[in-house]
Amino acid sequence: MFDLSINGRTRRVDVEPDTPLLWVLRDTLGMTGTKYGCGIAQCGACTVLMDGQAMRSCQVTVDSVGSAKVETIEAVEADATGRKVVEAWVAAQVPQCGYCQSGQVMAATALLRSTPKPSDDDIASAMTNLCRCGTYNAIAAAVRRAAA
Amino acid sequence: MDPMPHHPAAPVGAPTLSRRRLLGSAAGALVLGVALPGRAVRAEAQGPAEGAGAIAPKPGTRVPAFLEIRPDGTVRFLSPFVEGGQGIATGMAQIVGEELDVDPARFLVECAPPGPDYAVVNGIRMTGGSFSTRSSYALMRQLGATARDMLLRAAAARLKVREAELTTRDGTVIHAASGRSLAYGALATDAMALKPNEAASLRPPETFRYIGRPVARIDVRDKSTGRAVYAIDQAVEGMLYAAVAHAPHPGTEPVGIDNEATVRAMPGVHSVHRLPGAVAVAADSWWRARKAVEALSVRWSRPKPTGLDTVAADFSSDGLLAALKASAEAGHVAEAEGDAGAAFAGAAKVIEAEYAAPYLAHAQLEPPSAIARVNGDGTLDVWLPNQMPELFQAVSAKVAGVEPDKVRLHSPMLGGFFGRHFIYENGNPFPQAILLAKATGRPVKVLWSREEEFARDGLRPLSFSRFRAALDAAGHPTAIEARTVGEGPIGRYFGVLMKTPVDPSAVEGIVEKPYAIPNRRMTFTKVAHPVTIAFWRSVGHSMNDAFYESFLDEVAQAGGHDPFDLRVALLKDKPRHLRLLREVADLAGGWKRGPYEAEGGKRARGVALASPFGSETATIAEVSVAEGEARVHNLWIAFDPGSVVNPAIVKAQVESAAALGTSSVLFEQVVYRDGVRQSQNFDTYPILRREHMPAVHVRIVESGAPMGGVGEPGLPGVPPAILNAVAALTGQRVRTLPIANTRLAGA
Ligand code: FES
Ligand code: FES
Repeated sequence: MFDLSINGRTRRVDVEPDTPLLWVLRDTLGMTGTKYGCGIAQCGACTVLMDGQAMRSCQVTVDSVGSAKVETIEAVEADATGRKVVEAWVAAQVPQCGYCQSGQVMAATALLRSTPKPSDDDIASAMTNLCRCGTYNAIAAAVRRAAA
Repeated sequence: MDPMPHHPAAPVGAPTLSRRRLLGSAAGALVLGVALPGRAVRAEAQGPAEGAGAIAPKPGTRVPAFLEIRPDGTVRFLSPFVEGGQGIATGMAQIVGEELDVDPARFLVECAPPGPDYAVVNGIRMTGGSFSTRSSYALMRQLGATARDMLLRAAAARLKVREAELTTRDGTVIHAASGRSLAYGALATDAMALKPNEAASLRPPETFRYIGRPVARIDVRDKSTGRAVYAIDQAVEGMLYAAVAHAPHPGTEPVGIDNEATVRAMPGVHSVHRLPGAVAVAADSWWRARKAVEALSVRWSRPKPTGLDTVAADFSSDGLLAALKASAEAGHVAEAEGDAGAAFAGAAKVIEAEYAAPYLAHAQLEPPSAIARVNGDGTLDVWLPNQMPELFQAVSAKVAGVEPDKVRLHSPMLGGFFGRHFIYENGNPFPQAILLAKATGRPVKVLWSREEEFARDGLRPLSFSRFRAALDAAGHPTAIEARTVGEGPIGRYFGVLMKTPVDPSAVEGIVEKPYAIPNRRMTFTKVAHPVTIAFWRSVGHSMNDAFYESFLDEVAQAGGHDPFDLRVALLKDKPRHLRLLREVADLAGGWKRGPYEAEGGKRARGVALASPFGSETATIAEVSVAEGEARVHNLWIAFDPGSVVNPAIVKAQVESAAALGTSSVLFEQVVYRDGVRQSQNFDTYPILRREHMPAVHVRIVESGAPMGGVGEPGLPGVPPAILNAVAALTGQRVRTLPIANTRLAGA
């Protein structure tokens, strides 16, 4: 039994301690905005924020979450920075298939909270999620727009 | 026969009678149209009451099958096509909205269920071949106009005025003379009961407000907030989650499980199953199912030790390539013009080169899944990613042992596809979901882990072509020959229906090139792969244009000509291509090959043309080399699809295709060794990451030629432009893809 703080609410889940947070979110709690792409920390589709830090939730076991505050894409618009990021994503028309974009938006939100005026290098080192549709240039443009 | 056929999903075209019977001829009619998209489907070939000939309504005309105008002013549009990133949902909303007179932003677009109304691609239905917009543009305009006409007539009756006194404005019918107006939503019920007038007049194109404009995509907000729902996100009441482990060697079977009882006792486990070529665990969550299936100790049957008729224990991609090269079988003529033999005999110079491309995975970011539910009334519901609903419905029915009309098929949005979601032998999870739903009596969702997906994805075929060219004393090509050996997906899956032994998907990009080389002889020799092959974004063009356009640069070099100038010379009677060459050079700030200094390093450029899917492209790539690896800085692409519906979506699609082209030529390959694929996940199948993404500059040229495709054509020019730039910079001609296999000389 684990009590998790997710999007400001406490959620009690009854799963094995080594269950990845990703699958707790998706299957136990039905929060499917966070995506599964690889399960091995390669793609970033599963990115959530833990105490404000972008984390690949497929690599975070539920027993390691502790009291960390987890934020997922479902609550991104409850946050001022998150809202700015979403608006920039819409304005720059970033998504194609969209499957990677929950993770991209969360990674950008974490970046802009800690670094409101990121340099190109900051963007390059924070935005490492894969996009098979090749929206990388649009993502960079949207991050700059959200930072402006 | 095995009650659970090993290839329950084998499409027509697989050469055995039993497989054809498995699918039935209705699906045959469907695939016929895919195989021969330019020709009308001939129902006679399928028997009188089957296939497309049995379709009652004229596809694309019955307004209520497509449109639901809601009281709140929104319009629900049931689309013949599935959205997977290409923007077709928005494109349809623009085309229909233009004529219906409703802002596309108020459209809600869903993929329609199976049904004859939606067979709008030359009498069949699929999302692929870059066919969607060009095949349905006229029909969907007319559909919108027909619906608007019905609304006008309903309003005329309601207001008791003549129809001619009425106009519309964005979802409202207006009677200017009396100042009265009626919202579409209030008229919909009356309107839909009227007989459609299929000759309802269309808007003059010069008054278009949506078509031809960079209208915002209707799905970006949902996709930016996690609200978009893909197959993997769906759930139904009472559902079990299933994870599978496939046989390590495709074609082998589970013969025993040593620890079934132990695994059945693991947390959340419902049951353990043997499936054709796989084992599965059903559980109350996918993670528990996956852990359990991975804990199974399975004994598998042995693969054949050797040979190329199956994926044998010693099968390797190197071995297959060697077999393609070694084939001495005469080729079937794919293109012949003039007298190549005489031209070679009289040549001042002859050059020859061999090109090869590897197997490629689709690597769409959403792993495939499917939900199946067997209902109490004998019907079946399936939710699955697919590019061809009626075919999946027919195959689902066969697997379940019910009639197709008992299958309700749901087609959610795709998390990328690139050709992934056709039916590929053992490459789709839905037959497993159906078998498990029947075995457990519960709805079952099967999700393939990324590792299982890399093990069973259908692959872009490994390919090989040998080229020869004859040059005259001035260094101009007088003849070109190509011998292509291998297999393409059209031959594999629709070969029964092909009229010639030449597989178009194996030679496209090598034949029908625009260059004025008077003597040509291109052949195709079939050598079947034991591997499950697939359509992959731009299909044969994805490697063949790389081969041809690279070899053309070799011809230029051998003849002492600049590759751009040689192309101009060979296209002097092709104004559409010449213009694109001029446009792309202009976009790139003028043609220069290099090497030249830029930003503290040496760079060079390459150029390539391609004519895929009814569109034309000219591409220039700029590369540098660092630590033996190519780096692509810029891609300039002039793109002529004839005319466009949404220039912003077209540009985004060209950039997306360019990214995939860059990724494939630089990094991608599925290698077989000892009968096993060596890629299991993105760590062992590197795809383009952000740091390798070039700047992409796209110029759309609307020549007014018949509308061509958009989703795929941006790709084929990119690999050869990069290869040609690498050759210009390093002097190394990479003829075996990907470039990562060659250590490049520092420059
Ligand atoms: S699913 Fe977590 S990084 Fe890919
Ligand atoms: S938008 Fe499709 S994977 Fe990124």
